[in-house]
Formats: sequence, C-alpha cells, structure tokens
Amino acid sequence: MPEITRDEVAHLANLARIDLDDAELDHLAPQLSVILESVASISGVAGEDIPPTSHALPLTNVFREDVVRPSLTPEQALSGAPAVDQQRFSVPRILGEEA
Amino acid sequence: MTDTLVAFDDVLASYDPALGLEVHVELNTNTKMFCGCPAVFGGEPNTQVCPTCLGLPGAMPVVNAKAIESAIRIGLALNCEIAEWCRFARKNYFYPDMPKNFQTSQYDEPIAFEGFMDVDVDGETFRVEIERAHMEEDTGKSLHVGGATGRIHGADHSLVDYNRAGIPLIEIVTKPITGAGEKAPAVARAYVSQLRDLIVALGVSEARMDQGNLRADVNLSLAPKGAGTLGTRTETKNVNSFRSVERAVRYEMQRHAGILDDGGSILQETRHWHEDTGITTSGREKSDAEDYRYFPEPDLVPVAPSREWVEELRGTLPENPLLKRARLQADWGYTDLEMRDVIAAGVVGLIEETVAAGASPQAARKWWLSELGRRANDAGVDITELGVSPAQVAAVQALVDAGTVNDKLARQVFDGLIAGEGTPEEIVAARGLAVVSDDGALGAAVDAAIAANPDVADKIRDGKVAAAGALIGAVMKEMKGQADAGRVRELILEKLQ
Repeated sequence: MPEITRDEVAHLANLARIDLDDAELDHLAPQLSVILESVASISGVAGEDIPPTSHALPLTNVFREDVVRPSLTPEQALSGAPAVDQQRFSVPRILGEEA
Repeated sequence: MTDTLVAFDDVLASYDPALGLEVHVELNTNTKMFCGCPAVFGGEPNTQVCPTCLGLPGAMPVVNAKAIESAIRIGLALNCEIAEWCRFARKNYFYPDMPKNFQTSQYDEPIAFEGFMDVDVDGETFRVEIERAHMEEDTGKSLHVGGATGRIHGADHSLVDYNRAGIPLIEIVTKPITGAGEKAPAVARAYVSQLRDLIVALGVSEARMDQGNLRADVNLSLAPKGAGTLGTRTETKNVNSFRSVERAVRYEMQRHAGILDDGGSILQETRHWHEDTGITTSGREKSDAEDYRYFPEPDLVPVAPSREWVEELRGTLPENPLLKRARLQADWGYTDLEMRDVIAAGVVGLIEETVAAGASPQAARKWWLSELGRRANDAGVDITELGVSPAQVAAVQALVDAGTVNDKLARQVFDGLIAGEGTPEEIVAARGLAVVSDDGALGAAVDAAIAANPDVADKIRDGKVAAAGALIGAVMKEMKGQADAGRVRELILEKLQ
C-alpha cells in the first residue's frame, strides 16, 4: 500500500513553494495517502499482460511542420500577468537560487 | 571566502580527475519545439509567445518534426543508437523561467544514446563516450532588477521574457571521462570545440557560444590517485567559451584538491563560473532527480522514428571531423606541427571559412594563429569573441594581396575591425592606411632621407646597395609605415646610381 508520510508532504510542499503549517500538514498528509491508495487500486486490476501507459491513444509520431504561425501580441501575452514592467512579466524576487 | 587552490602539478600527484560534460545545443529551427512561435534570437520581449509556450490552460503542444530530425542527425553523428520508441517527460520545478511550472524534456528515454566521439588533443586521440543526447526546450530569460548589479542577490523582483521559452534544445551528456590526467582541461576544451565543429557541419544550430546557442556545463570530480573510483562532483554551469571550459576544469581540479587535502569533503552542488576573475562560486545545492518528479508527458504521444527514416538521415551526415582534419591538412599543405597548432588554438573552422572566402591557407593561418590569437590572449577573450569574422580576415588579406596595405598596416585594419569601425575597406579609407606608391610623395620622402643621411647615401653611390635598407627604414618612418617599400628602394637606387 502506498503511503505518503508527513515528511514527504512537507518536502513536496517546499518544492512547490506552498507554505503549510503543522496543522495543515497533519490534516493533509493522511488525505493524500487516501488518494494515493485509491489510485493504486488500479494496480490490482491491471494484470502482468497490461503494460503501463502514458497515453490513452495508440498513436506515435504526431508531428508539426516547422512553419511559423502568428504569436500573440505582447499586450495579449501580458494581459493575464499580475504585474508587468518593460514588456516583461514581473515576478517576486527569487530567494537564494538560480536555475 | 577565498578558495584554497593546490598547484596543478600537485593535484595530479595525488588525484585522478574525472570529467563529465553536458552541452546544450539550441537548434536553428524556424519555430519552437512544441508550438509555431518563431525561434529567432533578439526579438522584442514577449513578442514570440503563444498560449502553448506561455503554459496557458488548455493549450496543447505538438512536436516540431524538424527538431526531431536534427536530434536524430546529432545522435547519428555522435555514433549513437537511435531509440525505436521514446517519450517526453515533465520535469517539474517552480521557477519563473518556465511559465508551465515544468520543462518538457526527455528523462529515461532519450532519443539517442550510447555513442562516442574521438577527440584529438596534441596529436593524441581520446575517446569520449556519449551517454545520451536528449530533446528538451529552452527556458525564458530573467532580468533581475532592484539589486545593485542585476545579480540575483539583493534583487527585488525579476522580469521575464518568454521569447526563448520553448526553443528546441538538444542536451548531449558524456559518460565520465577518466584517464585524461594532466590533459583533462585540454580534453574538455577539445571535446566542446570539436562538438561545435560537428554541430556547425550538421547545420542544425548557429552554435555561437557567445550568444548562448551552445552552452557547456562542466562536471568535475577527483579521486585518490590509482583508486579507480569516482569522487563527489560539482557542476559548473554555463561556461561559454572553449577557453573558459579549459580554465573552469583546471580551477575546479585545484579547488577540489584544496578541500580534499584539508580532509574536507566536496559538496555536490552547482557552481557559477565567473569569466572575469576565472573562478567558480557556490550556486545552489543540486536537487535530487526525484525532486523534479519526472513523469511521462500526457499531452504528447511517443516518438517512434522508423528505421527507414533513420537510415535516410544517416545518409545526410557530414564528413567525420577527424578524417576531415586530415583532408584539410593535405589541402592546405600544412606541416603536422602547423596543423597541431591550429587545432590547439581551436581555429580550424575559422581558417576553413577564411580560405572559403578567398584567402590562401598560409595567410589565413598567419592571421588567425599569430595576430588574432595573440590579441584574444591579451584581451583574455575567446578568439570568436574578438569581433573579427573569417570573411573580414579574407578581405584584409585581399587588400594585402592587392598591395593596398602591407602586413603592418593590416594590423591597424584589425584594430579598426575590433573597434567596430566598419568594413576593412572603410577602415583603410577612414584611417588613411593605404600604402603610398605615388612617386611624387615617395620621391620627396626619399630626397629628405638622402639629405638627412649623407654618409649612407655615399655608401650606396659607392655601390654598397645593401646600405639602402637604412634609407628605406627612414622613409618608412617618415611615412608612418605606409610607403610601398619596393618602390622606395627603386627610387633610392635610381637617384643614387
């Protein structure tokens, strides 16, 4: 049975930049375990002869020709941005890390 | 904190280095990897974006066929196996350079794997094993503002331009390269340099390191000498010239040894390379792969290149670089030593382009190796960053061949090219560099030189023709090196005999 520990949930929350306090972790960790267990019940149905799949359709090689299509205007592109500066998306500063 | 560096020879006495290189190649497709936005460099911010590359809800990616073709050709040129079936994966991370909160990449199913490249270092061949070449997409560009210098520390906020987000990248990863010993820095440089030559020959990328089309991450670890193990590695990111690749390897070898000699242990981390000071500094601790929570991309179907297609692409591969070098050496008539020097200087491709633009092989070698190589060295930049193109070198040599300038004046034309003063012809005109062969101007200077050096003139009158050199020198000095030396000699002899 898959079980997700409280520590794992805290780690994932940190990676996802979600600030969870102790009470929320206590509350959410068991719930996530239940969800994982529910999903895992599929394993019980799938036999050895059914390979894992990542796609519902039996397709391969769906390609696009390398031809330019119109982009959005910068106004359209930035219309949903919470903050804009110098025609760029303005985001809060990144703490102590760099991709 | 200043790092303790151990002298390079002492590093080698105690440790064996292991290298690993990850090179990102930005493909020169017309469009991005998963959408039809243009993939060109230098557009106004956020003008080459659409719902797909902005990660807007409901947008669906579709793979660029040309990018797959380029990936397969790179894989084949690196002697790799090409996957019969492979998928893309989501690499999940939260950083604003990817608006989707994941990068679409390949994880455990790369399109190309298990290859090699033979790298030539000082006439010795090292086989660099290629682990994989996989497809992924580039990230957006962040501008950090509010801090003192635009660096990330102290920045108040970041401004992101997503024009680059989604441009196809091929990441080429080597297996650990061991056994290079003292040549480790040179092997790293030669590998990246030769890989660039290959990418250029394939025509799949502009491959300009100064513009970030080709970016190298340098992994390095040290193990106790003879132990045959691998130590803890550091990854120095975005080392953006051949010269810097070599310097970064050397620096990390010296820095690791300083820590290990002190009984310390190496922290597995990302390091930043500082071009100006030639050192690395600590970046972030490397995330464990599982922190990226890779999973197969549900919005893309698998890629399964047919064997017929792969073989068809194999037929389009350019000449093997090592065989090509042998051919070029024969074509150019270089000695082994001359060829070794141009390979070591990383100027084979530049000479090839210069010769193609009309210069003789010897002239191309002279300018790139002696003149421009020295200037790059003095300026502490890579030769490709000087701002002088092969076509310009050929144009300068054409001016020399035509007698418009001599070699000495040509050096001043290079000064002008590096300063961005225009074409060689424009520089000659603007700086007044053309050789003077007009008898009126030369005759006056010759008369003045004879008058100023009566003793020398008498010797020539007595038949000591060799003495003319002193008068030619005086005329050249008077005319700031711009006199036609052959004509000056003729005039002197005419006047004195």
